[in-house]
Amino acid sequence: MSVNESLDAARDKLLQRAAPDRTEFEDLVIVPLFAFAVALILGAVTMLATGVDLATIGRSYVALLVGSVGSVNALSETLVAAIPLVLAGLGLALGFRAGLFNIGAEGQILMGGLAAVIFGFTFSALPFVILMPLSLLAGALTGAFYAGIAGWLRAATGAHEVISTIMLNLISYRLLDYMLSLPWVQREGRADPVSRSVPDAAELPRLLEWLDPNLRLHAGVFVMLLAVAFVYWLLFRTKLGFEFRASGASPDAARYAGMHASLIIVIAMATAGALAGLAGANQVLGVLGRATPGFSAGIGFDAIAVALLGRSHPIGVLFAGLLFGALQAGGRQMQVDAGVGIDLIGIIQALVIVFIAAPLLVRAIFPWGFRNRQKGTHQ
Amino acid sequence: MDVELKAITKRFGAVVANKDVTLQVRAGEVLGLLGENGAGKSTLMNVLCGLYRPDEGQIVINGTPVQFTNPGDAIAAGIGMVHQHFMLVPVFTVAENVVLGVEPVGRLNHLDLKTASAKVREISARYGLTVDPDALIETLPVGVQQRVEIIKVLFRSADVLILDEPTAVLTPQEVEDFFGIVRSLRDAGKAIIFITHKLNEILEIADRISVLRAGRIVGESDPATATKADLAEVMVGRPVHFEVDRSGAAPGDAMLVIKDLTVLRDDNTIAVDNVSLTVRGGEVLGIAGVQGNGQSALIQAITGLMPAARGTIRFLGQDITHASVRARHKLGLAHIPEDRQRMGLIPDFTVAENMVLDSYYDPRYARGPQVQWDAVNQWAATAAAAFDVRTTSVFAKAGHLSGGNQQKLIVARELSRDTKAVIAAQPTRGLDVGSIEYIHSRLMAARAEGDAVLIMSSELDEILALSDRIVVMFKGRIVAEFDANVEKPEKSQIGLAMAGVAA
Amino acid sequence: MNGAETLQRPNAAIDLGARRRTRIVGAILILLAAFVVVVLGDAPGDATFRLSRPRDVWVLPDLIVPAQPFIYIAAALTAFLGARQFLRGGGRWTTLSLGLGLGLGVLAFLVWATAGNAFSLTGMLQATMVRAVPIALGGLAAVMCERVAVVNIAVEGMLLAGAFTGALMGSVVGGWGGLLSAVVIGGLFGFILAALVVTYRMDQIIAGVVINLFVLGLTSYVSSQVFAEMRHLNNAPVFRAIDIPLLSDIPVIGPMLFQQNIFVYGALIMVAVSTYYLFHTRNGLRARAVGEHPRAADTLGIDVYRTRYLHVTIGGMIAGFGGAWFTLGSVGRFDENMTGGRGFIGLAAMVFGRWHPVGALMAALVFGFTDSLQQKLALLQTPIPSEFLAMAPYVATIVVVAGLIGRARPPAADGKPYVKE
Ligand SMILES: Nc1ncnc2c1ncn2[C@@H]1O[C@H](COP(=O)(O)OP(=O)(O)O)[C@@H](O)[C@H]1O
Ligand SMILES: [Mg+2]
Repeated sequence: MSVNESLDAARDKLLQRAAPDRTEFEDLVIVPLFAFAVALILGAVTMLATGVDLATIGRSYVALLVGSVGSVNALSETLVAAIPLVLAGLGLALGFRAGLFNIGAEGQILMGGLAAVIFGFTFSALPFVILMPLSLLAGALTGAFYAGIAGWLRAATGAHEVISTIMLNLISYRLLDYMLSLPWVQREGRADPVSRSVPDAAELPRLLEWLDPNLRLHAGVFVMLLAVAFVYWLLFRTKLGFEFRASGASPDAARYAGMHASLIIVIAMATAGALAGLAGANQVLGVLGRATPGFSAGIGFDAIAVALLGRSHPIGVLFAGLLFGALQAGGRQMQVDAGVGIDLIGIIQALVIVFIAAPLLVRAIFPWGFRNRQKGTHQ
Repeated sequence: MDVELKAITKRFGAVVANKDVTLQVRAGEVLGLLGENGAGKSTLMNVLCGLYRPDEGQIVINGTPVQFTNPGDAIAAGIGMVHQHFMLVPVFTVAENVVLGVEPVGRLNHLDLKTASAKVREISARYGLTVDPDALIETLPVGVQQRVEIIKVLFRSADVLILDEPTAVLTPQEVEDFFGIVRSLRDAGKAIIFITHKLNEILEIADRISVLRAGRIVGESDPATATKADLAEVMVGRPVHFEVDRSGAAPGDAMLVIKDLTVLRDDNTIAVDNVSLTVRGGEVLGIAGVQGNGQSALIQAITGLMPAARGTIRFLGQDITHASVRARHKLGLAHIPEDRQRMGLIPDFTVAENMVLDSYYDPRYARGPQVQWDAVNQWAATAAAAFDVRTTSVFAKAGHLSGGNQQKLIVARELSRDTKAVIAAQPTRGLDVGSIEYIHSRLMAARAEGDAVLIMSSELDEILALSDRIVVMFKGRIVAEFDANVEKPEKSQIGLAMAGVAA
Repeated sequence: MNGAETLQRPNAAIDLGARRRTRIVGAILILLAAFVVVVLGDAPGDATFRLSRPRDVWVLPDLIVPAQPFIYIAAALTAFLGARQFLRGGGRWTTLSLGLGLGLGVLAFLVWATAGNAFSLTGMLQATMVRAVPIALGGLAAVMCERVAVVNIAVEGMLLAGAFTGALMGSVVGGWGGLLSAVVIGGLFGFILAALVVTYRMDQIIAGVVINLFVLGLTSYVSSQVFAEMRHLNNAPVFRAIDIPLLSDIPVIGPMLFQQNIFVYGALIMVAVSTYYLFHTRNGLRARAVGEHPRAADTLGIDVYRTRYLHVTIGGMIAGFGGAWFTLGSVGRFDENMTGGRGFIGLAAMVFGRWHPVGALMAALVFGFTDSLQQKLALLQTPIPSEFLAMAPYVATIVVVAGLIGRARPPAADGKPYVKE
């Protein structure tokens, strides 16, 4: 056998993929399942502690299920709630991959949504095929700009994005309040801070009105799916995505490899902001129809949880967003049927993340759910 | 005080770092523990000093078995260790570092730093270890930091001193001084374990030698009768050739020309001071010097990772002083970086991804904005096979490879393209002998192809073995230059230059 | 080769970076001067600042400042400082000039807003102190954690938990019981944070974010589920101000420092004690060693995990105390998310204050000052929209973390988990 042949053989062997190992499966499937179960149990404990009786707890979890997947309307509501979560979550996931901890989705959503509304009513004469996409674009660009500030600060001065994005959130609340009181933004004849309405031509069309006029599912769901595909492609198939991931995993190695760290930070942050801005635009153009103070309703913070739960992977984010959307939709039903406050959902969500982000904790609680880790793994 | 390790086994997950190791050391002797990198020397000593707990086996002191649950227990038992990587808090003073953990205090838990300083002065006077107790650690050269480490151990009145590769950061002259200190400690009745992978050192200082290979004790010997060749064979497990074939030096044109280069650190202090250098094709230029004398900054300036404050760098006739890292890379500058874990590769990425870390944008692997992963994987497999990178597949995480294979991965990535110059910083630090030999042969192959090769290493033996010319850096300047092809320089000559004594 | 000479030469190059900063600061100061003249230049009348209240023991006369001249003088001084930067600035002067210039700018603004009016300076300083308290305590909590290298984004949640517990338990068992419970609950969340990041090696920022989400969810849930119906559970007594004899009679300083409630005194004492603890005691030295080089501490027999647990728990207790200020120290009842980001500003105060308790307090006072300034100015009816004044502290925070006012080094191991083997 010649040297070349043996080299070829060695080469072919190196190209074989190993079967996914058991730990990977445990981390991807078993840990989230356990996390969710524990969170529900602890949620029930919380309810018990606040004087809710067992029957009501049972009823509220049934309502949670029915309200999220029990009917066409429930599914529609789940999707409606999931769309902005997935969009913003994708942006955050992209940031995490690039090593940026962007807490600022909330502010980016507000700024993006506001821009979409203003663009919509300012150019209300344009036809639907132009106005709607451009309004979305206005939202995305504004979100990108707003997040870009934090990215630029990080790149140019080293200001940590965690603090600067938190501050930008706080600033965005005030800025929104201020904008909503300006005469050219505020709805005529109103004293409270409410923007003019989005014209019909800028709205994301409802998809299921032919079935039942109350179904709120709108075309944003396509935006969401496109965004998932786009982010997947961007992260794992492109040079830019490789650069994002490399700078996230090891900034020093990325610099060594000739990647332009500052530029990557700004681009990654702006892309994340664009997705969050899109989420905001999607809310105002598809659901709310106008901007009011704090219309983001905490989506930007829930999206952090979505991104973490989805392990910063676009497909994971999609599923995590659907799950959280289901919790939101079901939570509303729960409030109606069982009188349990929707804030309980926030507790459950936080608990899910605790257990997801600390797999060691889940392993410690449920040792029997996992194979013994003694062998074959690095630390 | 006599200490015995009995049948110690220590595992890290699947890695067995120590297997059934039995060892003893008595008061008033120096035990030399020899073993190549990765043999498990540091792990064994970390077990002895209470940092790790053994999976099996026990530690016996003066005949009674003991159990250490933390380093405090070992310190209390009189065992002190000077770690391979110094354990000093850079922003604390010498005195604060020395007393940390056994601080003298007054009322209200008030730190008594006066007493601490006085004690430090006393110990330094007694053993001839001059240091200023009030100096901040980060302002001290490594040689002095090592003295602080020893004072730290003595301050705790240790009877057993473990010295883990203590000479790695010293110049040959400092090593001599250091041996003097070790002997005086031994004569004061301390038991000393001296760890190294350098044969001449162990022959000079040890009273007894134990050899560790792949986690096991594979031999004991008497320094009076042992020879370097024997010890080397026991240490590596096969005959070793230390000489690298450097015949056929055919230096060509000047390829890399550095003129009056000055480089500043982040805090605006001078790292490289007005350095001029020329590297020709087909020659190896070695940069010697004690760590922290500007070699790293020089290399980073050449490869574009640090800006040049003054001066010019020309490569293949082009001025690259302000060129980007990537532009230099495209011109054919290969860089094997100093810190392979942090800079050279991304442990979380696959072998294939790491293989194209700095060339993923090349038309061979990318079309438009996209990376062609099929092409990448094919090429990565070819390169891994050609450079003997032992991995299960190119989809395995680079972090799962052994140190030697990680370094071979980097060498494969850097050398398997068309290069004109190779800049290698600490190319074999911490590697086993097999990997070292392989990487040396690859560097010599690059030289044979007519590349300009620049090697920076803190191992003087490595510099001497590979280089056609040698320059010595001290405090950011080039203080001496030797042409090895005219006359092979003496180690002591280079050592004096490394210590700043003009040649 | 001449040593002195080689050290000299690179200076030309070194200065490039430093000089640019100097120039930027100079430009900022001159712009500020221009702003003061153009925007604030028109201020007819005198500005009257009251330094005492009628019933004070020592009554100081009112401070009457002719507005227009004062503003022009302030602008001139600022411009001079700016110009000086261009001519021969650098070194310590850069930061000092910036501080002085900004201070003058603020004073000019104050005079402008008060021109033709009267306004109690003492009252504002007193309010500054009060508003600084939660920020200072949040910052101090973060200092305790980060000194042992645990990043504590959860300060916000801990403040909120303290506020909630203070209201609930204060209503049930009275003020002191409420305060104690708030401290305990804060400590509990500190302990949880320590467990998550030390034992379960969760990412520190994620752990902090999660605790914030959890506390927000829990307190909102309970306040909507329980407090809405049972009002009496959300009606705690408020700690009143206690005048310290003699000291409280000192003009200006007295009302600011010595006519306050226990939260202000508590914050001042804790800052003093923790400064002594961190920098002058054995345990403080060990704690800092754990934050700088945990492995070194470990090799010397210092228990890194225990030290981290302990200090993060103490940090949580401090934050719990600070949280109780919102309810027991001011309004007596809990509202959803009533901390409103004060914990995050506390983090910024820590950065601004260079990871030092006293620094954090000083930074908190700056934030408290902008905060109370905004309140006062809203009363004075200035033409600037109040939303923009409300943003000022946040913008200031960004400016601070961007390092415009000099940058300090965080503890070297900050944010990194320690793996023993
Ligand atoms: N903390 C650790 N986790 C996993 N493996 C380790 C750890 N420390 C050392 N090892 C492994 O144990 C072996 C022995 O390492 P070490 O004791 O450092 O060798 P030496 O000091 O002789 O160079 C090596 O294979 C190394 O990779
Ligand atoms: Mg070692």
